[in-house]
Parts: sequence; C-alpha cells; structure tokens
Amino acid sequence: MKPFIAMFKARTMEYVRDRGSFYWSLLFPLVLVFGFAFAFNGSSSLFKVGVLGAGDPSLAFLKTEQVQFLTYTAETKADSVLDKLRHHSLDAVIDTATKTYWVNKESKNSSVVRLLLTRQEGGESYTEQQVTGQPIRYVDQLVPGVIGMNMMFGCLFGIGFVIVRYRKNGVLKRLKATPVSALEFVLAQGVSRFVIVILTSIFVYEGTNLFLHFMMKGSYLDLLLVMVLGTLSMIALGLVFASRFKNEELANGVINLVTSPMLLLSGIFFSLEGSPVALQWVSQALPITHFLQAARAIMLEGAGLAQLGPDLAFLTLFTAACFGLAAWLFQWE
Amino acid sequence: MTAIPIMRVEGLKKRYGPVHAVDGVTFEIPQGVCFGLLGPNGAGKTTTIEMMEGIVTPTEGKVIFQGHPVGEDFRKKVGIQFQSTSLPEFITVKETLELFRSFYPNPRSMEQIIEICSLDDILKRDNQKLSGGQRQRMLLALAIVSRPEIVFLDEPTTGLDPQARRNFWDLIGKIKAEGTTIVLTTHYMDEAEQLCDLIAIMDHGKILELDEPHKLLHKHFEGALVRVPATDSAAAEEIQSANLDLTLKELLGRGVNLEGLSIHKPDLEDLFIKLTGSSLRV
Ligand SMILES: Nc1ncnc2c1ncn2[C@@H]1O[C@H](COP(=O)(O)OP(=O)(O)OP(=O)(O)O)[C@@H](O)[C@H]1O
Ligand SMILES: [Mg+2]
Repeated sequence: MKPFIAMFKARTMEYVRDRGSFYWSLLFPLVLVFGFAFAFNGSSSLFKVGVLGAGDPSLAFLKTEQVQFLTYTAETKADSVLDKLRHHSLDAVIDTATKTYWVNKESKNSSVVRLLLTRQEGGESYTEQQVTGQPIRYVDQLVPGVIGMNMMFGCLFGIGFVIVRYRKNGVLKRLKATPVSALEFVLAQGVSRFVIVILTSIFVYEGTNLFLHFMMKGSYLDLLLVMVLGTLSMIALGLVFASRFKNEELANGVINLVTSPMLLLSGIFFSLEGSPVALQWVSQALPITHFLQAARAIMLEGAGLAQLGPDLAFLTLFTAACFGLAAWLFQWE
Repeated sequence: MTAIPIMRVEGLKKRYGPVHAVDGVTFEIPQGVCFGLLGPNGAGKTTTIEMMEGIVTPTEGKVIFQGHPVGEDFRKKVGIQFQSTSLPEFITVKETLELFRSFYPNPRSMEQIIEICSLDDILKRDNQKLSGGQRQRMLLALAIVSRPEIVFLDEPTTGLDPQARRNFWDLIGKIKAEGTTIVLTTHYMDEAEQLCDLIAIMDHGKILELDEPHKLLHKHFEGALVRVPATDSAAAEEIQSANLDLTLKELLGRGVNLEGLSIHKPDLEDLFIKLTGSSLRV
C-alpha cells in the first residue's frame, strides 16, 4: 500500500506542478463552454416547424416565408419530433394527415406560429394539441460534450502518452529494478488520473453552471456515476496505448488518430442525427458516444439509471475489455 | 569473504539478432568485494551487468544469487544505478527519495541517505535541475536506499569532473565499508585501481582477464615500462623492461638520445591497451 500511495502522490504532484498543462486542462474546457454559450446565444429570427405527413395544398400556412419547414419521413417517430418541440428546437409540429398541430405552451415563438397558422386559409380545419417543456440551449447539450472531451484527452494523453514517455526515458526501467509490481504502478497512475479527471469534470460543470444554469432534470448522483464510468473507460483505453509503445511520437500519433474520430463522431459538438447510417454505427461503437447519451438523458430528459441500461452496459464492457487487453499486453520495456 | 560467492554467472550469453553482445561469460563475485568490469565501448559491460540485475533476459546461461537462482526477494536486496535513467519529472530530490524509500520494507533513514550521498544542499531541487555530479549522487542514493546487499553501478562517474569523481569514490568507499558488495563498470583505470578488489577486462562480449589488479599487472608486465619519445630520426618506443640497467645500457649502445626518456610502473591503463588493443575510448 505504501508504494501505491507514494506513486499516486508523485504522479498527482507531477500533474499539478506542470503548470502549463495544468491550467490548460482546467481553462480550455471553461473557455469552450462559455465561448459557445456566447456564440449561440441569439436565437435565429426564422421560425421552425416540423411537418409530418404528405403535406396539405389547401393550407396556406405551409407557404409562409418567415417559416422554415422541416419535413419528416414516415419512419421518424412522431414523439421524437415532438421532443424537439418540447425542447424549443422546433416552434410547432404539424401532421397534415390527421390535421393536427402541436404548440409548446412555454414558447413565445409557438404562439406566434399558432397565429400564423390559424389566421391563414385552411388553418381553421386543424385541431390544436399542446406540449410543454423548457428550452434546451446548445450549451445544455454541449457541457457534457466538453466534459467528455476533457475526459478523453486527459486520460488518453495523461495515461497513454505519459507511460510511453516513462518507458522511453527509462523511468519505467528504473521502477522495474525495484520491488514495485507493474500492477501497483499502473494502479497508482490510473487512480491519480481518475481523481484528477473527475475533479476537473466537476470543476468544469460547476464553474460554468454558476453562470449558465444548465438544465438538470435528473439526479447529480447518477450524472457522477456516468462520469465515473466514462472516465474509467478512457483510462482503460489509455492503458491499452500505454502497454507496449516504446516511442512517444508513435504513441502521440496513434492517440491523435483515435481521438480525432472520437471528437467528430461521438456527438460532442453536434448531433449525428441525419448523417449516413455507417457513421452512426461507428459512433455507436465509441465509448464517449455512450457517455454523452447517458449524461444528456440524465440532464435533459431526467432519465434514471434504469433507463440508461444499454449505455452503462456498453461502457462497463468496453472498460473491462480494455483493462483485460492492457493487462495482457503490458510490458515494462 | 565467505565461501559462497554472493553472485555467480555461468555461461551467460546475450544475442541481439546477429550481434553477440555477450558471448559466454562465467565468473564469481565474492561477498563484500568491489568488482570492476572494464572494457571499451560496446564490449558488453552494460548487457552483462543488466543480465546480472535481472533486467535483461539472457539468451543462454544463468545467474546465481547467494547460491540460488534469482528469485522473488532479489529486487529487495539489490541496488541499481543504470548507465542512463531519467528521474521522475516535477518532483524534488527529497520527494524522489521518499518515493523510492516507500518501495522497500526496511529502507535507510532519510538522514543517513542524505549524509552518505551529501544531498543536503539539493534536497528541495527539482530532479530536472540537477547538475551532472548532483544527478550521479542522487542516482547512487536511489541505488542504496534499500540497504542492498549488492549494488550495481554502470559507469557511475562518466561525465564528472576530477573533483566530483574523487568525491564519488569516497561515497563508494563508505558503502563498501558497510560490507556491501559493489559491481561497477567504468572507463577510468585510475578509478578501477582505486576502488576495485577484482577486475574483469571485457571485449567483444568475452572476459579477457579476471583477477586482482596487482596480480594482473604482475602476470602481464615484468619490471617497468621505458618510454623513449620520438625524435627527428626515430619513432617513439615503449619497452618492457625486467632489468632497467640492461635496458638503459642497450639503448645507449644503440645511440638513442635519452633526453625526455621516462620510466614508469605499468598500470591498468597499459594492461588494458595491451589486452584490447585500444586505448580507452571514453
Ligand atoms: N537492445 C539492444 N539491441 C541491439 N543491440 C544491442 C542492444 N543493447 C546492446 N546492444 C549491442 O550489444 C553490444 C554491447 O553493448 P553494451 O551496451 O553492453 O556495451 P558497453 O560495454 O556497456 O558499452 P559502453 O561502454 O559504450 O556503455 C553493442 O554492440 C550494442 O550495440
Ligand atoms: Mg554501457
């Protein structure tokens, strides 16, 4: 236990004292969240209405210029379109087949659209339905994304790259010459990084929440648990990279090769909805995707752990598989 | 010295592809001695010592520690200083010592390590900011935190100034006085002469000679070495002489100009050149 604690301390101090990366890892996520919150603040002047069904030539509203109409195919579930209305990303939804329209009681835009619809020709034959829901801003979706991104970089570089550097410069060889076991060493590295990433994540969330007041419908405890799982999955993946590479440039290259698609395809900055099915398949194979789906479901939909089964199961299996692979591959030199 | 040698290596070989880095070496290290491994660059010293340390796996042969094959508790009983190591970044000398102390069941006290290795002045300094000599002292300190029974030092004084080197010899003297067996490699013959009870001269992966320094000298040299410097008409000469009287008479008889002539007692440097055909490439 003593060597573990001493190595944990040494690694954590190394992180805190490396001022450049320390501040970078704390400030960069903050800057991102605030930057995006500011950039996407003004809502667009255009109204957005979702259209289900084949269309209705007798409805003059559908030709209104100030409105952008988004037509959904028959396969799209009406409920997922209504969710967008609940979250204020649509201002109304019309089903031309059943002659129904939905508005959001809590949206001012919705009331304007209702007027546009009912006051124009053909509008009177439509019946109104209502939904409620607070707006989900871009930052509400972004904040778990930024935390996930930080998790990914923090673990893959902080574990994968750093251990390869230790191997290259002989620190690992020096440790191999002591009674310390590889397991103790790896555990100390992992736990140190785990604590750092979890604290950073909480700091980023709370630091921005103070000003931006994110939507949080679920439980903070569940969110923390999902963060823990997400961090573990990234540490495990980092260890796979750390297990063999002898050369830090190579490790750096490979880690970048893996983080780039994860950055783009995990839905950190934008949703992959509407992208080619192949991409969505790839996306579903990435751990960060599942972390984000779970975190967003908790925050934006108030989901409980029971509803997150598939995502949590994926993260757990992924983590176990990576730990196993890393243990099998690991070499001091 | 006890009957059982602290370490024995038998037919040790290491091949890297076509390179025979170590090509079958066998020797014993008695308890409590300082054993020096000498040889030109690429002779196989580091490879040999690292096989003894259990860091490099031999292609063939075995290493016997205290009468048994190297086992579980070996790591607790050895101290190692590699030829090149980085120290952990962003932590101080003191923190690094604490870190390494935590690895061993019965480490030396902090005070003792600081005292032996004269680390007082640099305790709060970051590892990355040490001078060459301070770094070597620090690496030696890490090698002895565990109160090892045997210490391996791979070129511990390379790159040090003469004063720092002498200070380092004092440190090694202190460790040896505690009864610790020391195995070291070096390129400095004066160092080997000063510190080692036994020396092995290696080249091309083989041990050429192994004995106490004075016995080796006695075996290979008789009497003194006479050096005649080069003149306009004749090249320099080096003559091994068992009888100085005779040699000088002979030189005079040949009409050699004796100005600048020097007579000196053969030392390890001479032996080394004689055996490996190369002067030490430091
Ligand atoms: N990991 C390795 N892979 C391939 N060849 C190696 C390896 N390590 C050592 N060698 C080769 O084995 C030979 C012996 O190397 P070694 O490092 O043991 O020499 P040395 O006597 O310690 O030299 P020096 O005085 O320069 O430190 C050299 O030819 C070297 O190139
Ligand atoms: Mg060497």
